[in-house]
Amino acid sequence: MAVSRLTGSNKPNEQKLSEYECGFPAFEDPRSQFDVRFYLVAILFIIFDLEAAFLYPWAVSVFSIGWTAWISMMIFIGELALGLVYAWKKGALDWE
Amino acid sequence: METIVPAAANRTLFLLAPIITFTVALIVWAVVPFGAGVVLSDINVGLLYVLAASSLGVYGIILSGWASNSKYPFYSALRAAAQMVSYEVAIGFVLVTVVLWAGSFNLSAIVLAQQNLYGLPINGFVLNPLLFPMSVVFLISSMAETQRAPFDLTEAESELVAGYQTEYSSMSFALFWLGEYANVLLMCALNATLFWGGWLPFFNFAPFTWVPGIINLFIKMLIFFFIFSWVKATVPRYRYDQLMRLGWKVFLPLSLLWVFLVSGVLMWMRVPL
Repeated sequence: MAVSRLTGSNKPNEQKLSEYECGFPAFEDPRSQFDVRFYLVAILFIIFDLEAAFLYPWAVSVFSIGWTAWISMMIFIGELALGLVYAWKKGALDWE
Repeated sequence: METIVPAAANRTLFLLAPIITFTVALIVWAVVPFGAGVVLSDINVGLLYVLAASSLGVYGIILSGWASNSKYPFYSALRAAAQMVSYEVAIGFVLVTVVLWAGSFNLSAIVLAQQNLYGLPINGFVLNPLLFPMSVVFLISSMAETQRAPFDLTEAESELVAGYQTEYSSMSFALFWLGEYANVLLMCALNATLFWGGWLPFFNFAPFTWVPGIINLFIKMLIFFFIFSWVKATVPRYRYDQLMRLGWKVFLPLSLLWVFLVSGVLMWMRVPL
């Protein structure tokens, strides 16, 4: 990127440096409000990705520990599945 | 070509974003095995490293969308972030089923665990009826994860111009594209390595075993790359609500159920009650 900056042409002007908006000057601040559902997705992601993170060490050790490890992890997954069902029923996963 | 940094952009982040995208796409290759022992870094937690590094890819896109300070890149970055994290959840659970069966996070060990399935001269978890559905979920999720068609809503040119790349030009634009294709090839390699036997030959008998491992892996990667291009050429783009429904309401419950099934079956086979 530095090489292309140093060797390429560089003739900035006002039009060239303005942000893209179909040929108009920008109508409004681009960093406007956005939908709260993006936050919901992020929160759900944290929950389920953490669940997956708990599953990784379990996945390689469950056979040496035995049925206790399996049953306790299945209870944990069941609880999180209940959480998923709740989010589903609440409409947190709906995008119209 | 001229590098244009828009006047309203956050200069440092704007220039940093393509570098992050490109670097992250390349560093994951360090743990992909190209043959018996032919791997840059044969670490025990290879698959965790893949997950961690590919999760970082979302930063390049978010930063580019935010730093551009322009309407379309911003919308595109929001979409991309939500889409990538949604499918990462499903990918995480799919990887758990693979790790359960292989018993290791090391990618070389995962490849070797696929050798001689059922004592037959065939390789690959995909031939295992329990893991086959997960290989399909992983293939589709990897298309969504790399924002390829039919999930290329971040670059939907009819609504978002060029998505998060709208304000980019010259080498920074090129880095985005190189990063995207490095990511696509990486996902092809992961599909081949996790489910199709990686560098192992197609069959474990005479003419096939003569082929070097790296050629086997490249042939498998090319097949997947062909599928990626084929899908891009034939399938219409998803709507955003359909994309989210597929990720959260189909793939997530399915892969959760499969973690339960695979671990249950393996416990039944390996551990006496």
